[in-house]
Amino acid sequence: MNRDIYRVREDFAILNDEVAYLDNAATTQKPASVMAAVRRYYETQNANPFRGVYSLSEQATAEYERARACAAAFIGAKDNEIIFTRNASESLNLVAYSYGMNNLKPGDEIAVSIMEHHSNFLPWRMVAQKTGAVLKCLKCEPDGTFSDTAIAEAITDKTKLLAITCVSNVFGRVNPVRKLANMVHENGGIVVCDGAQSVPHMPTSVSELGADLLAFSGHKMLAPMGIGVLWGRYELLNSMEPFMQGGEMIETVHWDRVRYAEVPHKFEAGTVNVGGAVGLMAAIEYINSLGFDFIMAQERALTEHTLKGMKSINGVNVIGAEDAQHHEGIIAFTVDGVHPHDVSSIMNEAGVCIRAGHHCAQPLMDHLGVRSSSRVSFAFYNTVSEADRFLNRLDTIRSLMGYGR
Amino acid sequence: MEDRTFYNEVITDHNLHPLHKSDMDSPDIVLEGVNPSCGDEILLMLKVNDGVISDASYSGDGCAVSQASADIMIDMIIGRELSEARRLCGLFMKMIKSEATEEEIEELEEAGALENISRMPARVKCAVLSWRTLDEAIAGKE
Repeated sequence: MNRDIYRVREDFAILNDEVAYLDNAATTQKPASVMAAVRRYYETQNANPFRGVYSLSEQATAEYERARACAAAFIGAKDNEIIFTRNASESLNLVAYSYGMNNLKPGDEIAVSIMEHHSNFLPWRMVAQKTGAVLKCLKCEPDGTFSDTAIAEAITDKTKLLAITCVSNVFGRVNPVRKLANMVHENGGIVVCDGAQSVPHMPTSVSELGADLLAFSGHKMLAPMGIGVLWGRYELLNSMEPFMQGGEMIETVHWDRVRYAEVPHKFEAGTVNVGGAVGLMAAIEYINSLGFDFIMAQERALTEHTLKGMKSINGVNVIGAEDAQHHEGIIAFTVDGVHPHDVSSIMNEAGVCIRAGHHCAQPLMDHLGVRSSSRVSFAFYNTVSEADRFLNRLDTIRSLMGYGR
Repeated sequence: MEDRTFYNEVITDHNLHPLHKSDMDSPDIVLEGVNPSCGDEILLMLKVNDGVISDASYSGDGCAVSQASADIMIDMIIGRELSEARRLCGLFMKMIKSEATEEEIEELEEAGALENISRMPARVKCAVLSWRTLDEAIAGKE
């Protein structure tokens, strides 16, 4: 564990010794530089971008486009392949409405993994219902892997689209996107990835990933809530219909004819979230300044330490892989005889914030035969003493709930 | 701090060793309550003779707060008139909102063990689930 972590923590005003924030898969805390960037934008550069011919508006436009270039570089993409949205959910809905509703036909197959967050499942369920396409489920093993049989059942020569998360918000395991994408591409299908849990925690290169579209949220990677990204291959984005109609997504509008703006503006109807984009840019700059080597070493050390501790506590069952290297900062678990909401409340009493419930992945919970579960998830700014605080409380839960009394 | 908890012995006992968690043959009143925040469900069953609750039970799975609250409530209302049970529901709601007097909380007997739930706003719905369901069930009969 790096000692510099205590200096890093000073960048986050909300972090203190009273509360251990261990729900980072839900949203992360924001460093001072992100808040300062948003404030600086609103105090010195704010105007409606793209519209004004005056300098202030031009500055706002430049900041917004600078943020776009920053997000593009962060994942190894071209600038015009980055569409700003509200969050990963909106990015995925954009693809479902724009691509799915217009391209899928009865008999086509949509393969969706069972471990998807509802936001990468429900849009495809809707597309299947409205277009007559068949929804196929890519089932996983209890450790979060996909068997060859399961893959062969889900991905066929009729698969027109595969929706899969890079890292599940329950298992925390990296999925073999490239391998699956190769299979889907062989038959002319496309792959939509949910990068909400991967992009903040490991280097991403869209060319290596193998997907055609990738969605992620700013708020899970130190940026403000309300800014997200959809990356797509340019030719694919260019062939897609607009998602929402409105201001700034057109070139010319007449009563009888419309010409849409070019990608990415075609998909950014209405006044855009410049403040959010500027915040995301500052967040990316912050992540780059720390470096993923540091971030990953930190998160892996925490995961390893915590998983080891959890395994030594009676009545605690970890969901997913046995080894820490397949948990990427996320450990979901159940406690025998104790409801996850009670686990969470008891943790809260000790100043530990963890998630309880179905983690917006109810089909996975059903598949695993669990009604709901608890989840601890780390960011690089967490400390071993915070992990220990979680472990110590976890060790007392069953006795606090009256077991063995 | 490590061992202090809202989950006192009254709550954990009723959760681990419920007195009234069972099915009932031909109940007079049945109502299902759902906690939208966690999806937990509870089925409340009452037998009523001449306006008096002669027997009651519940079934369903859920957190300790909702289970203990249901068990405590049923223990209190058996043998009481419907109108009296509704009055207790009102008192319980008052207690949860921190509006009840000491005498009123005393009247709630073991249910007073849930008083501090008001400090955990996210869990209030769990505590009131059975009481709200009972209130609705009786209101539906009146």
